[in-house]
Amino acid sequence: MPSNITRPDQQHYVAPIEETPVVAIDAVKTEGKPSNLWIDAWNDVRKRPMFWISSALIVLVVVVALFPGLFTQVPPNNDCQLANSNGGPTDGHPLGFTKQGCDIYSRIIHGTATSLSVGIIVTTLVFVLGIVFGSFAGFYGGWLDSVLSRLGDIFFSIPYILAAVVIMSVFSQYANVWVISLAIGIFAWPATARVLRAEILRVKNSDFVMASTALGVSRFRILLRHVLPNSIAPVIVITTISLAAAIVAEATLSFLGVGLPSNIMSWGNDISAAQSDLRTAPQVLILPSIALSVTVLSFILLGEVIRDALDPKARAQR
Amino acid sequence: MAGYIVRRVLQAIPVLLGTTFLIYFMVFAMPGDPIVALFGDKTPPPQVIEALRERYHLDQPFIVQYFIFLGNIFRGDLGVSFSGQPVSEVLASTFPVTLRLAALAIFFEMVAGITVGLISGLRKGGIFDASALVVSLILISLPIFVVAFVAQYIFGIQLGWFRTTVGIGAPMQDLILPALVLATISFAQISRLTRASVIDTEGQDFVRTAASKGLSRNRIVPVHILRNSLIPVVTYLAVDFGTLMVGATVTEGIFNVPGVGRTLYQAIIRGEGPTVVAFVTVMVLIYLVVNLLVDLLYAVLDPRIRYAK
Repeated sequence: MPSNITRPDQQHYVAPIEETPVVAIDAVKTEGKPSNLWIDAWNDVRKRPMFWISSALIVLVVVVALFPGLFTQVPPNNDCQLANSNGGPTDGHPLGFTKQGCDIYSRIIHGTATSLSVGIIVTTLVFVLGIVFGSFAGFYGGWLDSVLSRLGDIFFSIPYILAAVVIMSVFSQYANVWVISLAIGIFAWPATARVLRAEILRVKNSDFVMASTALGVSRFRILLRHVLPNSIAPVIVITTISLAAAIVAEATLSFLGVGLPSNIMSWGNDISAAQSDLRTAPQVLILPSIALSVTVLSFILLGEVIRDALDPKARAQR
Repeated sequence: MAGYIVRRVLQAIPVLLGTTFLIYFMVFAMPGDPIVALFGDKTPPPQVIEALRERYHLDQPFIVQYFIFLGNIFRGDLGVSFSGQPVSEVLASTFPVTLRLAALAIFFEMVAGITVGLISGLRKGGIFDASALVVSLILISLPIFVVAFVAQYIFGIQLGWFRTTVGIGAPMQDLILPALVLATISFAQISRLTRASVIDTEGQDFVRTAASKGLSRNRIVPVHILRNSLIPVVTYLAVDFGTLMVGATVTEGIFNVPGVGRTLYQAIIRGEGPTVVAFVTVMVLIYLVVNLLVDLLYAVLDPRIRYAK
């Protein structure tokens, strides 16, 4: 027996790995934590200025929504003087006044919470409904898939703002942040469910799923622990963008007059109230519009950055 | 192909039934008295409630009510608006205007979107591409009514290029500004879709083959790249149709275009529940039919769809 055969069952000489050229080809970094999609995405995202700009704006919006008192001491609703109607900036009122003589700056600051809460409630609803419907339809397939997918088709084929218009005009007397969020969210989830279903169909035939099945892991546990975490990336992207869409939807409904009642501070309401004076006092309409657009833009930008980081196809097209 | 059409039409039937059922359910079967709800804060006299209850067949079981509603819709009986005019008549007089507005908007967004998308895709990473991305992201973020007001203020009031509201009969030149506003919503989507599709197509083997055959760039771009990149853009039209309908409601309201959207907008403002429902139902039906047609068109354009099971 030649001396360089080291194991008893070994029949051929095998060079130690460091003597072969294979080591260069097969070089796999073993030190440090293994990389995965999320770590890669984070490393990609944090190098991009767009990520930090949009995150900073979002943090600012959240802080304004949580602590409006930090930014203005002027009450947004009471203390309005009709003498100031559509007036320009004065001392202590940097952006001037609305038609009712209320402080525009204060109303913008206090309206932030409304837009943001509608966005968050709708997005949570869409996220939960989308995950439940999408993952069950995609993972279990069969009749459950048919039923859930057709149900999704039905909700998908009604443009969700039109649906919300119907719901809100029926429930106009109950309108508040929760009702409007439900009205938007209940028709907005099928897009998320579809994306997740398609992704799960792709993932569920992977080797690691088969391995878990072979190990006797229960179906539900496979879905929860293996399939879902590996299919969630596109859902994260669509969720960030749907937050922006929900904020726009609330403003649009309020603008149409079926949104929030006028005693709730909302950018959409303020824009709607200012439209008749566009000719004489455009700033009353433009200023809340800017607040609305910048907020929406920051969520869209964040969604874009995340999409670029998580979706290899988008990355290739950069 | 015939088999595909039949299958696709059959698939549309449950969705059609489901959507109309859902709209009906939302309005007339919610907890609480729908008749009272229709009146908002006001309390109607009991005779009115009784008459309305009979008119909407609320004394019948729910499922019977639904089929009566469905039957009425398909017979073209959409009820009567508060002004006493049948909703179907209102629809017939306003629909052509909206159709012209939408056609103009689709024309603008297609021409601009495909051009910008093609140039960005061919010069990926260039200055044009970067600025197109910035502009499209800003346009996506601007709610349609903000765009409409800003356009109205700048082009209508400040520069005086267009009339701020549309005149009687909705002449074409008055529709240009609202159509441009309407086009901004989807312009961004179309240009980005075209860009992605162009980049995809450019990497395909047949493009390389065409180049290696010695074909000039002037032939490869329109014939080989552009034509093959347009398939996803065509399907986007179906999704776009829903956006256009919502957009038209807002745009027509602001520019006073006498179309379906403004009528819906005014019905919403006046709280005409039944009219709103009738209009939304018709819009959803049109949307479903357009989606079906686009799916069929897609199958014509791309044989892979038609033969897939």
